[in-house]
Amino acid sequence: MLIFISCIILFLIGLYAVVAKRNLLKIAIGFCIMEYAVNMLFALIGFKSGAIDPVITKVDMPHNFVDPLPQALVLTAIVIGVGTTALFLSFIVRIYEKFKTLDVSEIKKLKG
Amino acid sequence: MIEIYLFLIFMIIAAVIAIEIKNLLAAAIAVGAVGFSAAILFIILQAPDLAIVQIVVEILTVIIFVAVIFRTTDIDKTVGKQLTSMQILGIVFYGFFALLFIIISERILNTLPPFGSPIMKVAGEYIKLGLPKVGGTNIVADIILDFRGLDTLGEATVLFTSAIGVLAVMRKAGRK
Amino acid sequence: MGGMSLIVRRITEIVCGFIFMYGLYIILHGHLTPGGGFAGGVIIAGSLILRVLAFGSGTESERMLSKRIPKLMSVGLLIFWGAAFTGLLMAGIFFLNAPIFGLGTPFHLLSAGLIPICNIGIGINVAAGLFSIFLAFAAVKYFMEE
Repeated sequence: MLIFISCIILFLIGLYAVVAKRNLLKIAIGFCIMEYAVNMLFALIGFKSGAIDPVITKVDMPHNFVDPLPQALVLTAIVIGVGTTALFLSFIVRIYEKFKTLDVSEIKKLKG
Repeated sequence: MIEIYLFLIFMIIAAVIAIEIKNLLAAAIAVGAVGFSAAILFIILQAPDLAIVQIVVEILTVIIFVAVIFRTTDIDKTVGKQLTSMQILGIVFYGFFALLFIIISERILNTLPPFGSPIMKVAGEYIKLGLPKVGGTNIVADIILDFRGLDTLGEATVLFTSAIGVLAVMRKAGRK
Repeated sequence: MGGMSLIVRRITEIVCGFIFMYGLYIILHGHLTPGGGFAGGVIIAGSLILRVLAFGSGTESERMLSKRIPKLMSVGLLIFWGAAFTGLLMAGIFFLNAPIFGLGTPFHLLSAGLIPICNIGIGINVAAGLFSIFLAFAAVKYFMEE
């Protein structure tokens, strides 16, 4: 129970960076941290104590595995996460070339 | 059991450092610390597929962050500045929302099975049918490529789209 | 971005090929051992990134790669879509896997129907996608310059 709540706290730290920070790179870092928190929560929910990883090595072995379904969901989500983060960062590079600043409030002011 | 708590606390501390430090290069390294401890936790939680992917992807993320910082700036000038009124309003709303979120999620997480004993209603079927119906001995590969193949098809397409998007935004040709 | 010192270059020449081969192994044994298309593709992208970081981003081979890698990405995705449509064309069910090629004997490299082909497609797609993302950020001077 407490272990799930600590994942929620990690998610809220990332959300704080997205809501309250004004630097664009800090906002990107906040998105990254939220993503890790969600992945961790999924992997923690699927854990079964005393079980092994879901790979069959003998034909008639006992099926005492951890839950493979959250692992399958998270596996694709990790790779998608780096793609979306890269897209975000490419927009940040172009915004910096145009406005010469990373401050969100100054970018708003410069637009007029 | 204790090591899971230790790594989670380390992740929280590294995340706080990453979003509050003034030097952006140090912030990128702190994000790397969060990701690598996530990779170690995946090994402890018996998920070797996730650990392999997470380690290499984390290296790639830190490299991309450092490349962006080289091309922009490495000092966060907004740290320690006077807060604007809009920002204070945002932080107050965030505080309310965070309190509400923790209370609601505490209730919802109570309905989940406790840590270490999942229900596995769907996954039990997958484990039972994996070898006779699909033929692969790695159950995770069976799930992502056969039982839930459409999901993976969509995600591969999303990765393709985001890579094409990065190339379209960053390329030089056609730009004045 | 300039290259690194002589020691780093020599070590990279020796190590890089082994990392690439390890990625191929992970992709091809994806249905038997932990790993698969995503993990192996990411490792192959890592080996190519190591090469670019060690040798600098102005070399001729890297310029040639940067023209071909985005096309390779599409090839990988098309292999995966083709494997998905094979079931539709031959039996009328999308993503039908087992009854077309048969399951083979378990614990062998050629088993599990279409899953190795799907793994190869995903591997090519992920490796080319992540490597082109890296090139677009770190080696932008030579990237897509006409």
